[in-house]
This record gives sequence, structure tokens and C-alpha cells, in this order.
Amino acid sequence: MIKRLSHVCIYVLDQDCAEDFYVNKLGLEVHTNAPLAPGIRWLTVRSPQQPDLELTLLPVVEGMMFDKGAAEKMRDLIKRGTFGYGVFETEDVFATYEELKAKGVEFKKAPKEEFYGIECIFKDDSGNWYSLSQPKKE
Amino acid sequence: MPPFPRLPFLRLPKMPYLPGVSYPRVYLYKRLVQAKLFIDEQYATPINLGSVAGEAFFSKFHFIRLFKKAYGRTPGQYLTAVRVDRARTLLRGGHNVTDACYAVGFDSLSSFTGLFKRLTGQTPSAFKRECQAMRAEPLHFVPPCFAAHHGWASSPAVAAASVAVPPAAAPAEAPKEQF
Repeated sequence: MIKRLSHVCIYVLDQDCAEDFYVNKLGLEVHTNAPLAPGIRWLTVRSPQQPDLELTLLPVVEGMMFDKGAAEKMRDLIKRGTFGYGVFETEDVFATYEELKAKGVEFKKAPKEEFYGIECIFKDDSGNWYSLSQPKKE
Repeated sequence: MPPFPRLPFLRLPKMPYLPGVSYPRVYLYKRLVQAKLFIDEQYATPINLGSVAGEAFFSKFHFIRLFKKAYGRTPGQYLTAVRVDRARTLLRGGHNVTDACYAVGFDSLSSFTGLFKRLTGQTPSAFKRECQAMRAEPLHFVPPCFAAHHGWASSPAVAAASVAVPPAAAPAEAPKEQF
């Protein structure tokens, strides 16, 4: 029986920039940082409040996963904001929104009341987007 | 995709507002965020709560209440977490435990070790050893299915990267295997 999700893979354009964004801007922490080859690390970050889910920041590099054409297409799709990877929850969406904006994070949508809570949408440094939301209290 | 239009700053929703969610007072949030960013920048200095509250023009107790409501932790707990987190970065980069302790603003090694262990579940030296092992044997830290799928498991480049660890950083037991 499936118990839980432990890793999510997120493709990024540049691992160093992504590490800076997810750690210094979003406030996540590095969990694993294992250098595999020049330009490739097994780099996972996680929220200190949810230590059992790791976000794996994978670079799009030519190799077994992508041939040259596929890698170029993938990078283009990422840059265009094709991929949305999920929802981050926060205790206070307005405080987090103000903080991330002060740190230069780009938002596609300002906080807005929805039927499930208050939500805004931001982009990471590659172009992937996430919802940031404060769930409605029952 | 066209560029995103610049949204006017935080359009306040029309009433009725969500029950149980207080009306967002933008100026309070801006000051609160300012205080948090002050901690993020000045964590290594001997900052006290009074100076952080003052930075945001709050009285001390009002500030603690607002901060905890927004971030789920008191400013003091948050400062400790920032310091431990920065210490982890230094240890990962190869600094020794004592240097990391004082560089992030702790003034006692024993309180640093205790708080580090309480927040991360392992002592600073155990964490440092794990980071060294990660550099020496990276594939031990990658789920095997991913390593195989990406071609890392059999990649000569990965093997070369494993060998390229300076001897001082390699785990103590590694040299034995060479003899």
C-alpha cells in the first residue's frame, strides 16, 4: 500500500540559481547536495516544517534523459512557464507575499480570496510556477 | 506568453471577507516583513528582540504576538532557526564546528550543539561527517532508480567526481580500503 510521497522532481534551468532561489528566497533548506558530475548535483530541498518531502531540483542536461533537441525544447517550455508543480501552504499568505515580493520574487497573481482560502501565484527563477495559499479555516 | 501585467499593490478584497481571517493591514505586514528580513540579514550579530521590534516600530510584546501569528514561531525561535540553518551551510562548505558556531552568532559551543541537535536531529559534527560522505560517495544518496534512469550509476564522470574528493575531506575509513 502506498504510504507517502517522498520526492518530487522539478526541472530547472540552472541548479546554482535554483538553489539560491529555493533556499534564500523561499526559505527552504538543502537536504541532499551530492555532486555527481561537473554541472550535475543530486540537489534536494525541503521545508523545515515538512521534512519528509524532498523537492529534487534537476538540471536539464543532455544525456540519457534528454537528447539535444529534447533538452532545448524542455528548456524553452520551462522558460515559458508551462509547468506548475504544486501548492505551498503558509500560515499567513499576506506576510509571505510581502516578504517574497521584497526579495524580488515575481508574482503572476496577488493574494485573492477563493472558495478554499486565500491564494496567490509566483514563479521560480526558471519559470516554473507555484500557488501559495492559506487554506480556509474550518 | 505575454509579460504579466503589473498588479496594483495588494488589491484588498471586498467584504464579506473570510470569517476568522483578519483584514490585511498592509502597513503592518510591511513592517513585520521588515523585521523578519532584519533577522535574516543581521543574524550573526548579537541582536536582541528589542532592537528587532524597534526596527519595525513595534512595542516588544505586540511585535512577538504579530510575528508568531504570521510565522508560527516567536522571533527568538526564528533567529535560532536562521542561525542553525546558516551553520549547516558553513559546515557543508567545509568549515569546522567551532568556526561555524561563532560565525553565525552563537556565543557558546555547548548551546550551539544542543540547539543544532534539537532542530535538526543530529549533532553538528555528525552532520559534517554526512556532508563529507555525500561528496565521497554521492550515489549512496541518490535513489537508485533515478541514478539508473539518468545514466549516473555507470557514468565514468560520476566515478571521477567521487575520486576527486580531497583526502582531508574523505571519511576516516576510506584510506584503509586502499591498502
